[in-house]
Amino acid sequence: MAAATCAAESGLHVGMVDDNPGIGGQIWRGDTINSAKEAKHWAQRLGAAKVSVVCGTRVFDHPETDILLAERGNDVCELKYRKLVLATGARERFLPFPGWTLPNVMGAGGLQAFVKSGLPIEGKRVVIAGTGPLLLAVAAYLRHHQANVLMVCEQQSWTSLVRFGVELLRQPQKIRQAMSLRSALAGIPFVPNCWPTEALGRDSLERVVIRRNGKTATIVCDYLACGFHLVPNTEIAELLACEIRNGYVHVDEFQQTSRADVFCAGEPTGIGGLDLSIAEGQIAGFAVAGNKSAAKKLCKARGKMKRFAGVLDKTFTLRTELRSLPSQTTIVCRCEDVDYSRLSRHTSWRAAKLDTRCGMGPCQGRVCGPATRFLFGWSPDSVRPPIFPTNLANLGALSSQSITKHCEVTGGCA
Amino acid sequence: MSATSRFGSDTVVAEQITVTVNGIPVVVAGGTTVAVAVLFQGTSCRRSVSGQPRGPLCGMGICFECRVEINGTPHCRSCQIVCESGMEIRAGE
Repeated sequence: MAAATCAAESGLHVGMVDDNPGIGGQIWRGDTINSAKEAKHWAQRLGAAKVSVVCGTRVFDHPETDILLAERGNDVCELKYRKLVLATGARERFLPFPGWTLPNVMGAGGLQAFVKSGLPIEGKRVVIAGTGPLLLAVAAYLRHHQANVLMVCEQQSWTSLVRFGVELLRQPQKIRQAMSLRSALAGIPFVPNCWPTEALGRDSLERVVIRRNGKTATIVCDYLACGFHLVPNTEIAELLACEIRNGYVHVDEFQQTSRADVFCAGEPTGIGGLDLSIAEGQIAGFAVAGNKSAAKKLCKARGKMKRFAGVLDKTFTLRTELRSLPSQTTIVCRCEDVDYSRLSRHTSWRAAKLDTRCGMGPCQGRVCGPATRFLFGWSPDSVRPPIFPTNLANLGALSSQSITKHCEVTGGCA
Repeated sequence: MSATSRFGSDTVVAEQITVTVNGIPVVVAGGTTVAVAVLFQGTSCRRSVSGQPRGPLCGMGICFECRVEINGTPHCRSCQIVCESGMEIRAGE
């Protein structure tokens, strides 16, 4: 939103395409776009800047320079562009453990997203687990909506968290956020060195087993909201052949990628939270419109926030014990029901994929990719179109030139 | 038998619409996603390739665990689709 607004205010004709049903990404999903102050500010500016907005629209291919193909309902849209700004955000990292596929075991951000989309949570017992500052934000949000948050289990150690807290002291805005979180979370046990080892229940979740300091405890609950920090959504950038470094889209001081016509802002360039994303979005929006002086004014503030992002990265690393969580029969690839024992026989992503279909299902490795990277050290293959499952009819709607291209890339489409 | 869901108290009260989940009417507030209607009804969304019941996981359209049939079209990512009046949703089958 910030990038689109600043680009349009600088004089460009701007279209904004969002896969979600409404604008605002994950943080301002659903009803939050109308309630959060900063969300309303950007929504108003976006509207006033006359940005064309399409939602529910999912990019799946890039058949030629300056054309993106996107699916919207049952239709395919051709999006012609001269310049692009990618703000594809991040998704949660999920790690497998026995019972993690039970209904009502969700991501931490996942459960929050459902509440934002209308799920009533009053009085429901919730255990929040995993790693990262998102756990606390989710706890505060759920508590505000009258959930009974039983505890927050953070796998990282007290020592690392204290060090993180000390770093926060350098950023006044973060201190304010931390203090308001502290009061929002009063009374909810926050337990470091703690992670879930099993989710139990017949057809859906009934209780969670957690491990804390070598001992286990069983907690009866309605939801387990479990996520292990965030991974960037770099698929479109990879489709466009932008340079990726250490898993993130590489950009210069103006958020420009290795392609002169493509800019990228927010989490795909480094996980750093809302404030950093908004700063980078503004810089990208000004820069894509050639308004470098306006972009430069925001660089110092971005630099400070970027340092915080580096601290985040270092703090919320995953402990090695989490690699031993899955049992031999724990499902790792949820789309194709491939369990740990079948995957552990292989030494690469590609070999495992070809033998078991892990990564070939609808999520195209978005869930099992980060999990297997952590469990086995594998690196997924390069991205190939379509980057989301697409109706065959929509693939067939391409121009004949593109159809030929597709057949060469995928080895034959029916 | 009907059931209700509503948004959090931050919002202005939205209109109420009715969808069906496996033939059962469910009344939801306008803006509620299909995934939430299915969750509220208490059924799973889909069966995995080996027959396990599955519910939504990521809430943002990347895991594909929330797929249900809507008005006869299968494999709809229900977490990314807002309920419309009269939608016929089949889930957990």
